[in-house]
Amino acid sequence: MISDLLMPFQYEYMQKAIFVSALVGAVCGLLSCFLTLKGWSLMGDALSHAIIPGVVVAYGLGIPIALGAFVAGTLATGAIGWIKEMVAIRDDAIIGVVFSTFFAIGLLLISLYPSPINLKMIVFGNILGISDQDIVQLLAISALCLATIFIFWKDLFLWCFDPIQAQVLGFPVRLLKFMLLTLLTLTAVAALQTVGVCLVVAMLITPGATAYLLSDRFGTMMIIALFLGSLTSFCGAYLSYFFDGSVGGSIVVLQTSLFLIAWIFAPKHGILAMKGFKMKSLRLEFK
Amino acid sequence: MTSLSPEKLTITVRGVTVTYSNGHRAIEEASFHLEAGCICALVGVNGSGKSTLFKALMGFVKPTDGDVLISERPVLEAQKRNWIAYVPQAEEVDWTFPVSVWDVVLMGRYGYMNFLRMASSNDKKIAEESLQKVQMWDFRDRQIGELSGGQKKRVFLARALAQQSRVILLDEPFTGVDVKTENAIIDLMRELRAEGKIILVSTHNLGSVPDFCDHAVLINRRVLAWGPLNEVFTEENLTKAFGGVLRHFHFDKSTIDDNDGRSVTLITDDERPLVLGKGGHLEHRNLTNSKEGNEP
Repeated sequence: MISDLLMPFQYEYMQKAIFVSALVGAVCGLLSCFLTLKGWSLMGDALSHAIIPGVVVAYGLGIPIALGAFVAGTLATGAIGWIKEMVAIRDDAIIGVVFSTFFAIGLLLISLYPSPINLKMIVFGNILGISDQDIVQLLAISALCLATIFIFWKDLFLWCFDPIQAQVLGFPVRLLKFMLLTLLTLTAVAALQTVGVCLVVAMLITPGATAYLLSDRFGTMMIIALFLGSLTSFCGAYLSYFFDGSVGGSIVVLQTSLFLIAWIFAPKHGILAMKGFKMKSLRLEFK
Repeated sequence: MTSLSPEKLTITVRGVTVTYSNGHRAIEEASFHLEAGCICALVGVNGSGKSTLFKALMGFVKPTDGDVLISERPVLEAQKRNWIAYVPQAEEVDWTFPVSVWDVVLMGRYGYMNFLRMASSNDKKIAEESLQKVQMWDFRDRQIGELSGGQKKRVFLARALAQQSRVILLDEPFTGVDVKTENAIIDLMRELRAEGKIILVSTHNLGSVPDFCDHAVLINRRVLAWGPLNEVFTEENLTKAFGGVLRHFHFDKSTIDDNDGRSVTLITDDERPLVLGKGGHLEHRNLTNSKEGNEP
């Protein structure tokens, strides 16, 4: 019985998949706190698609894919910012146009030039077949992101919460924005390899949204999101072995289930608690 | 960091023009000068360039022409020295954020903290004193969305206090605020003025200005008048600043002399009225608390 449960750990590829997923889930969870509060969900989706041409070119040239993704991501955000200045269109329309264009360029490149990556990898992730070289890159990306967030989380949070105050204090607000965008790009690369491009945004939003329902303090929210992101990714990868399903799919379904549970049962922001509050005040009224 | 350097505190705005990238010229050749220990109202209608001038003072927009200097230094340098504090309007803040009252007030101390923004015991002491001063210490663990309008305003006032700045900018401080908070804000501004700070209040609420301000800058894309309040707040200047927006009620046949001689009652529904006497001097003035008590 126990040996059955430990079965996934007997295979090296499953060990790798489980622990890499857990690490990526932790980083994504931490970052998701900033994205949900800043209202950057669409930006997360956009960037995860926009980095594809960079990933493809980097694979082709044999340079770290994080570097290629970073260049493509920066180009995309630069293009979004530039178009915003030049044309009077709503932000979401500009983001939509830019990220789908970048994604399309990525798809074209994949189809035109034969390379070790294929469409399936991009769309669904490739955590079960991840190479040691990619694992090293993922470890480096995660370490860099964790360290940056650990050092600058208060500055980043102030910028999200009250950019005016950040600027009045003389903080480098442009740099903080660039920092958060860079963190987002790097984390998107990591998540891309784990769950695939379609599900990146779930990894980058759901843990933060769940944690928001469970806490009134940003510090606590980050700890909860980190824990949730890592736990769901660990369990998702582990469970996927038994029903032979997609790793990304099971991680994201787990995350959404926890979100739903939190949404219903959260002590303060859950729908039951809110209903209870209403009932209580009604009872008071009728007394 | 020397927050109390010997140089004198002044605000100098010299020939400032701000043109936005879409070609809109928000302010033109604005100039005025303020010295330590004053409460100055920045008065103008919506679209008069009031908020642009505020942004220029905070270093958010770069003047296309002219200088904004605080103690003869550029605004960006003043920011780094923690000289400028800003109290936002309620709608500028997202009240759903997971932050407590205590967290917000500590944000006023970030400029003094190390790069990890770890609060020293001194930072905590100052934050506590600031919260006590606005009577919000008991609410320190509340999430900011769980406060009333007046309490919210007082929290951000406490943050500005905790920053120990030289210049404090307040944007429409009395909007959505109860009378208790309004009085608390006015008392606090007077205290800060006595400490030699410059308090700049942006408002369109004319009637409340004589209650607590001793200086005023009237703006309508250009600075129309600036200086001590009773020189600036004349009917002629205000008409220039507000154009057709103001409603005038002239009491041509005042019965003051026929009755008890001094007292007038004016009933108004919303904002405080500005009452000018014959010849355009300020009729209503809260003389009991004002510093120099300019007799009209």
